[in-house]
Amino acid sequence: MTAAASREVVVTGLGATTPLGGDVPTTWAAALAGESGARTMENDWSEKYGIPVTFAATIKVKPEEVLPRPEIKRMDPSTQYAMIAAREAWQDAGAPEVDGERLGAVVSSGIGGIWTTLDGWDTLRERGARRLLPMTVPMLMPNSPAAYVSLEFGAQAGAHALVSACASGAEAIGYGIDMIRAGRADVVVCGGTEATIHPMPIAAFAASRTLSLRNDDPAGASRPYDVDRDGFVIGEGAAVVVLESAEHAAARGARVYARLAGVGLSADAYHITSPDPDGKGQVAAMRRALADADATGPDVVHVNAHATSTKVGDLTETRSIRTLLGADADHVQLSATKSMTGHLLGGAGALETLFAVKAVHERLAPPTINVATPDPELQVPLVRDTPSALPDGDIVAINNSFGFGGHNVALAITNA
Amino acid sequence: MAHTASEILEGLAEIVAEETGLPTDAVVAEKSFTDDLDIDSLSMMTIVTHAEDKFGVRIPDDEVKNLATVGDAVKFIEGAQA
Repeated sequence: MTAAASREVVVTGLGATTPLGGDVPTTWAAALAGESGARTMENDWSEKYGIPVTFAATIKVKPEEVLPRPEIKRMDPSTQYAMIAAREAWQDAGAPEVDGERLGAVVSSGIGGIWTTLDGWDTLRERGARRLLPMTVPMLMPNSPAAYVSLEFGAQAGAHALVSACASGAEAIGYGIDMIRAGRADVVVCGGTEATIHPMPIAAFAASRTLSLRNDDPAGASRPYDVDRDGFVIGEGAAVVVLESAEHAAARGARVYARLAGVGLSADAYHITSPDPDGKGQVAAMRRALADADATGPDVVHVNAHATSTKVGDLTETRSIRTLLGADADHVQLSATKSMTGHLLGGAGALETLFAVKAVHERLAPPTINVATPDPELQVPLVRDTPSALPDGDIVAINNSFGFGGHNVALAITNA
Repeated sequence: MAHTASEILEGLAEIVAEETGLPTDAVVAEKSFTDDLDIDSLSMMTIVTHAEDKFGVRIPDDEVKNLATVGDAVKFIEGAQA
């Protein structure tokens, strides 16, 4: 038996703050109910700057309602979201007693502290260098969420922030698995966060022609696999999971949601934003995740798709699933939860892994909403409108997360 | 228009409370920023930045190390307004 195989990794805590709710129970209940977190923004950015998009999947519970005032002042919103999610996950795990040197923190953001960066630039231009706050650098640095989570729980085994655009949150969890397998840690708090509902990044995504322009129907705008999809809905929030070696979890009698059994990574090396239409990199990531989990195609019953609601990306992914699984793809239940949450960018991979963990634990795949007419080229059975039961026995779920730059991350989740 | 010493204390207490989470009535003249209020150097510079803004004064970096207590800061700001 290899060292890796001897150190099984389980999930013992979940935390989130999302467009659907300020915690995991609210978010999960809203997802099962098929609610949308997208709404018209209460600002004048469209008129003021000519931004063609007037809606977003904004966070449901503002951090100001949850965090003490000094934390609001000294943390970028991306760190605030991460802290809210991390504290919930830690409590949910039963606040494990663990030596700090055996505790890790891996929290990623795709874009970093962009509110702080841009506010700082505004302050400098309008009022001069003397008015810049001394906390500006520690607030804007992209490792700030990981650093604050490490500080919060005394995680001394390592604090890391892997960046791979919209795959960042999943890659962070993958790295957490590796930390435990490599024997560097017994417990790792890991996940992803993003806070980019700011006019500049929204305008920039609009400039790349990737955002939905369905301003008259925000809740219906994110529609992965529907023939009338026209782009993604920008979202914000964070999700964090507590990973633990199976031995450590068993020794303290922790509740185990599921096993994180496989990590698959690849890079397309094809184009800076477009996925390789052959899906070679995506197939490789999923294949590696399954091999790592010691699983095969027939074991896979559920995939939480990356599916952002863009014309090209959604179909590439289902072709990849079909290529990998062949006829076994017929019994996969595919969920595209961005139809409800919008696209949390660096938070997406963590939130969707969390959803896949909940799906395996409760044997219930969350729905995909807004699919009025499924794309005829969709090649995998889609869970639509209402949740769908997953089978009994040993099952495998995959979460796929792909990022600008050609980053592909697949995580394999199995029942505990 | 110049602020009185008590107005400065009140304003400074609000800034310190925002930064630290302490109640404003804990911020009194004899308290030491480091020993009593547990304010580190980055927080102190944040407070200085906000105080300069609020009272329209300049507090040079060289001067900050001489501001041991809240009362020292009030006194400095009061004098710097002139």
